[in-house]
Amino acid sequence: MPQKVIIRLSAGFAFIFWLLYLFTDLFILFSKSTGINSGIHEAIPNLMLNLFIATLYLYFKYKVNRIESVNFTDLLWNIFVTGLLATLGSLALRMFVLALGNSKLAQNIFLIDTFYIMNMGLVSLFLVAVFAVWKRLILYQKSKFLLKIWTTFEYTLVLSLVFNVLPINIPESYSQYYVVLLVLMGLFLSVNMRWVAYLNFKQKWKSILLILLVILYLGYFANILFGSTDPEVAITNTIWSNVFLIALITFTFIYSLFSLLVILFNLPTSSVFEQKLEEVLNFQRLSQSIQADQNEGQVYQILLDSAISAVMADAAWIELNQEDGSIDYFRHQINNDEIVKIKDYILKNKITGIFDNSTDKSLKIEKHLAKLKGQGYKSILGIDLNVQGQQIGTLALLKEVTDGFDKETTNILKTFVSQAEVSVENYRLLNQAIVNERYKEELKIAQKVQSSLLPDKLDTNTDYDIAAFSIAADEVGGDYYDSFRINENRVAIIIGDVSGKGTSAAFHMSQMKGVFQSLAQLDLSSKDFLAKANTAISNCLEKTSFITTAFFIIDQSSKTIEFSRAGHCPTLFYDKKAKTATYFTNQGLGLGILRNDDFHKYIQVNKQAYTHDDIMVLYTDGITEAKNSKGDEYGYDRLKDTILLHVKETPEVIQRKLIEDLYSFTGTEFIDDDYTTLVIKFKKELASE
Amino acid sequence: MIDIKTIKEAEVLTMNVVGDVDASSSIELDTALQAAIESKEEKILVDCTNLNYISSAGLGVFMSYIQDIKANDIKMVICGLNEKVFNVFEILGLHQLLTIKTTKEEAKSHLGEV
Repeated sequence: MPQKVIIRLSAGFAFIFWLLYLFTDLFILFSKSTGINSGIHEAIPNLMLNLFIATLYLYFKYKVNRIESVNFTDLLWNIFVTGLLATLGSLALRMFVLALGNSKLAQNIFLIDTFYIMNMGLVSLFLVAVFAVWKRLILYQKSKFLLKIWTTFEYTLVLSLVFNVLPINIPESYSQYYVVLLVLMGLFLSVNMRWVAYLNFKQKWKSILLILLVILYLGYFANILFGSTDPEVAITNTIWSNVFLIALITFTFIYSLFSLLVILFNLPTSSVFEQKLEEVLNFQRLSQSIQADQNEGQVYQILLDSAISAVMADAAWIELNQEDGSIDYFRHQINNDEIVKIKDYILKNKITGIFDNSTDKSLKIEKHLAKLKGQGYKSILGIDLNVQGQQIGTLALLKEVTDGFDKETTNILKTFVSQAEVSVENYRLLNQAIVNERYKEELKIAQKVQSSLLPDKLDTNTDYDIAAFSIAADEVGGDYYDSFRINENRVAIIIGDVSGKGTSAAFHMSQMKGVFQSLAQLDLSSKDFLAKANTAISNCLEKTSFITTAFFIIDQSSKTIEFSRAGHCPTLFYDKKAKTATYFTNQGLGLGILRNDDFHKYIQVNKQAYTHDDIMVLYTDGITEAKNSKGDEYGYDRLKDTILLHVKETPEVIQRKLIEDLYSFTGTEFIDDDYTTLVIKFKKELASE
Repeated sequence: MIDIKTIKEAEVLTMNVVGDVDASSSIELDTALQAAIESKEEKILVDCTNLNYISSAGLGVFMSYIQDIKANDIKMVICGLNEKVFNVFEILGLHQLLTIKTTKEEAKSHLGEV
């Protein structure tokens, strides 16, 4: 059942039970006065009263529980309002009685009884309301033990109500013991007032006022219940209902009084509690202030505010050393001139222990500060801000009293500072991670672009097959190969290696592609090609960079390869007829090494006739210089031997076997250089041979 | 790792290059050569007897001073290259532009003759 329904139902039933209580009581009274047997048991009105109290309790219990926030003054305000309404109602009744004076109506026993029962209803209303709220307050941050005691207390109270209607006679003296027992339990429970600690200064004053009024109401109702002893109306007023009422009033009164006193005694220390609470909140703010889209400035501002409120500083500043050597300030109640004055003074007078890490605290700080005229500061505290092992700035606090910084507050400050440091560090790391992530993305794009620079398919003619393989050590690399069909018979093939690796090499590699693609169209001799390429590429290379290439023109009509080498690793050629593999020994010079017209002097043109099943292996030094764990290089001999083992295979297989052998030599697929190989194999039946 | 020791004796500036010249250590070689050229040395002997390895970055350093040496009329001789290192110079074609001698004595006598 939803709480709202329970609250409404219990309110409705409470009212119905109260009405039943009123009518049964009046009926019994009427039948007594007329001497007719009413047929209603005398305990019925009390039963109704008990049921009224029970439903009322249900009502307040749920109502109080609905106030979710732990706003204690709201709870107190609730019972204050209930009390006010009840007292006003009760006062109105009294006024009415007074207005009647000594008239006959005033003597009417039925009217008096009605008023008494109405008063009874109002008193119960208020007492149950207070009881429900006190329960909530006592059980705030409850322990299991406390809960047990409370439950026992509640049951004992209920039992007193049950005795009220039971048709058994219990001696009156017992009821007195019972009251004492209940009051003792109430007294024991009344020492639980943890909630008081959570009130701030203003709330405490408000609570004192509200509780005073509650006590006032209690006094008033006690007076109404036990003050006027009208024997004629006391028919429902059995001993045991008195037990209940006395116990309840005493308990509520004791707790009210205790609360009042505890709050009063807590008043002077409440500012300390508030400050501690503030520190906790500041701490939380500092640790939450790291978010990617925020800036560090917010962290420093929170640190400054927290530090000031923690030590109640009169002035403070945070200085941050910027990368360009300047200093950024976050200031509070102090201007830049004053800061500079103080710092200059400390520096000039060699006062240690403030803005340096020296443990030698100068004892004369106060004296020195006093000399700084017109400032009035008498104590100063400086704390370094360190992020990633580097001092990024200083927090300085000033107070107008001497010995302003005790050990406790200094410790709290240090925690604030370290929390701020963590925040800034996290913030920086996060930003670094974001930047790195972006670079990675950029590199991925570069990788895609570059891989499109290496041709998927190389030009061939009917005389040869070709297989290519290239891996870059980093995302992008400096190895390059390409082909260009010059005309029906001639195909140009190039392999190149830019000095260095990584991004800069990749840029030069793409320049080389441009140079090759434009010059190859001109159908130049291999020497002229390299000379012109040198001129073109020299203009774009930085001083210490160069490119090595080997350039080949395979001519189908003459069955020859024309080639020149520009500093590139010598090409391996397998002669099918001689069954030997040899490296070309032609001279050359890397592109970009000699950046003038003399370059062509160092380039040779060579020719090699080919026949079927001859093999030409082009590669970059990433392969021959690949090292194993012992530091040995793969080398020319091993390359040659590996090729000789597989001369009968297709170029694809030769290429694969070569790379497999390379990996088995190095023991890893991760070679710390770009490596590329091109395997060209002339066909079994050459065109028009 | 690289260690370069520069000694001047009888008008010849001798640079002893010890270790490996890779991408990072080539900067030290560059600094040493630049200092020698800026101080208007006329005769420079680069002793590579204890040079184990040279990367393309190291070759780039030697290469970048070829034209400076020529323009300033400096005599520079490299000597003591081991087979592997010399091979690297040779493949790139640098041996055609730089004076490379096998032993230090040959290098010295070459510088003396000139």
